[in-house]
Amino acid sequence: MSKVDLAQFHKAFHEESLDGLDAMEQALLALDEGADDPELINVVFRAAHSIKGGAATFGFTDVAAFTHVAENLMDEVRSGRRPMEKAVVELLLRSGDTVRDMLALSMAGQPAATAESQALLAELSAMVSGGGAATPAAAKAAAPAESIEGWDIAFRPFDYLLKTGNDPARMFRELGALGPLRVECDAGKLPALADMDASSSYLGWTLHLDAGAKRAAVEGVFDWVDGDCDLTLTPRIAAPVAAAPVAAPAAPAAPRAVRDVATNSEASSVRVGIEKIDTLINLVGELVITQSMLSQFQDGVDASQLEMLRHGLAQLGRHTRELQESVMSIRMLPISTVFNRFPRLVRDLAQKLDKKVVLDLRGETTELDKTVLEKIGDPLVHLVRNAIDHGLEVPAKRLAAGKGDTGTLRMEAFHRGGSIVVEVADDGAGLNRDAIVAKAVQRGIIASGDGMSDDAVADLIFEAGFSTAAATTDLSGRGVGMDVVRRNVMDLGGTVGIRSTQGSGTTFTITLPLTLAIIDGLTAAVGEETYIVPLVSIVESVQVKPDAVRSVVGGGELFRFRDQWLPIVRLFDVFGCDGRRRAIDEGIVIVVEGEGTRIGLFVDELIGQQQAVVKSLEANYRRVVGISGATILADGSVALIADVTGLVRMQGRRKAA
Amino acid sequence: MAKILAVDDSASMRSMVAFTLRGAGHDVDEADNGQAALDTARGTKFDLVLADVNMPVMDGISMVREMRTMAGYSGVPILMLTTESNPEKKMEGKAAGATGWLVKPFDPDQLLATVARVLG
Repeated sequence: MSKVDLAQFHKAFHEESLDGLDAMEQALLALDEGADDPELINVVFRAAHSIKGGAATFGFTDVAAFTHVAENLMDEVRSGRRPMEKAVVELLLRSGDTVRDMLALSMAGQPAATAESQALLAELSAMVSGGGAATPAAAKAAAPAESIEGWDIAFRPFDYLLKTGNDPARMFRELGALGPLRVECDAGKLPALADMDASSSYLGWTLHLDAGAKRAAVEGVFDWVDGDCDLTLTPRIAAPVAAAPVAAPAAPAAPRAVRDVATNSEASSVRVGIEKIDTLINLVGELVITQSMLSQFQDGVDASQLEMLRHGLAQLGRHTRELQESVMSIRMLPISTVFNRFPRLVRDLAQKLDKKVVLDLRGETTELDKTVLEKIGDPLVHLVRNAIDHGLEVPAKRLAAGKGDTGTLRMEAFHRGGSIVVEVADDGAGLNRDAIVAKAVQRGIIASGDGMSDDAVADLIFEAGFSTAAATTDLSGRGVGMDVVRRNVMDLGGTVGIRSTQGSGTTFTITLPLTLAIIDGLTAAVGEETYIVPLVSIVESVQVKPDAVRSVVGGGELFRFRDQWLPIVRLFDVFGCDGRRRAIDEGIVIVVEGEGTRIGLFVDELIGQQQAVVKSLEANYRRVVGISGATILADGSVALIADVTGLVRMQGRRKAA
Repeated sequence: MAKILAVDDSASMRSMVAFTLRGAGHDVDEADNGQAALDTARGTKFDLVLADVNMPVMDGISMVREMRTMAGYSGVPILMLTTESNPEKKMEGKAAGATGWLVKPFDPDQLLATVARVLG
């Protein structure tokens, strides 16, 4: 009948289900900590309930079956038949994780029921009293075939029936659709006109349906008014004929949801607050006004209009800037979307390690670029794992050190200058300087720790392959090292630092750019070309004297920078353009750092500092090693953005070759 | 064509209902909880209200009870969209003044059939 394609609602369903699961997890954690608020229980119930309803509607039967049982469990809690005890919270937390996985599978067009989900479903079912798993209403026992040739129906609505929105005319219409209908009206209870209430019902009817309709069909007509009327259904039975044998229903085939895999695109979306859109529309409106004001100057300007032109251009400048900020803000989401997963993680880890930890989340409304947010989760998880695993001590040890038995883990996000800072701080034992130095010496990273500041020693844990875990626990030794954390953060154009005081804790500070779509860069000329070097990677720009340069075997060059010899990378060599300046002291060397390694980029001259809107080179041309993107300069020409990490790796390969 | 108010806290369910009904030529307004529905219904007269049962802020049952006391809403059909196939929930809705119900999950065809049943 209708041609509504339900697949178009799948994405919305998935997103709101994830929101529901997040809310459910938060409520469960609050309940776990002893919060006593019926609304929290309702939140959990509603999440399970809505996902079940949506999943069933949109054809995700496995998800619907699973959430149905979780909902039943919550219903027992909600109605006071079961206390909200630890075991229930535990099971529901795991159920939330499983539903999340099942939804992801469903969205990918795969069957959502896995061995894991089936096992958990069995646990849930066992917990729900009676142990009854989701069983759809038992198929009605096949009624013996009646040979009905008609129905006599006595129907007298109670006086309030009309007020419920039910209209006897609808029922007559539906009965009429089943076959020929004769209607007799009984107006005996009709009061005098003066006493009549227009919205009350006084009439009664006797209805004769002259067709052998099924009982269910006739009852179905009156299903909504059951209890709101006197109703008698009397079948007129014809002379019995040989009863047709009722075929035993075959076992139903396993339900198989039909899913449209092709329409399941991977494109991610951003949900934007309506006020952001409104601002945008306003700004565009003002831009249009400014444009029309400026367009009157297209045939020339005379001196008397100069002031107006200047005013118009200033306005254009302001609107463009505001529009840019406003468009960028669409990509910004609060960091709470990432922080939200940590209460659960911290709780689980602390439980596993027999530690007491309080998580202190701050600055959750701080907004970050969506791309940054998506990628910052893993490094943060690693830092948190590390803090709980290695940083915070077990209660006995804390007490022995004169601290409270409960450790504090603080995660805080805030703005500092043009950057976002995310800190992960614990009040644990701090880094063990001697152990780190010993390990670094053993690994050949340093010769000796003498004279190294605490910060420099702490920095050593970011070196590749460094691990301080004395014993390999379940948590450490399976993930990435701190070097990967640093690399992930640097890929986002950020930096990570560490401060640690032995005995009183460690703080990791991640500094991130507000957005990846715009970078602050230093523009440098190389022959006729312009390159942009991201400011975050730049250590310093120096002019190098020829006597500070050494040639090495294999054709490379090194120059002395402070106490180090750094390789020189001549950009005109790497990118194959014509540099005007060859002598080292005629140009400039920009010292940059990528993945902890410094190199010097030799360019003709520095032009200045500017913000660059990053355009993808891959999307418009192809990937080029050493170039991370391109941008359009004020004069309309194209400048390439140097990929410092790529250049460092390139240099490393050359050295190794 | 009728003026219909679709009330559900789930955006996907709400859009499915609204999309289906609009496709059938109806004029559909949406609300994401009972309180929002009452506010909307005060300003506009609807021919039919479809409301979910479980919603934050104000649930569907309370909404029906409240709506029945509003001027002009005494006999307007209100259908509960309920996943509770157990009789208690339906009866609770009926006791509050609901006209009938549509049990989730339903597909667009079932929705249109039920709406046609009420609107005639």
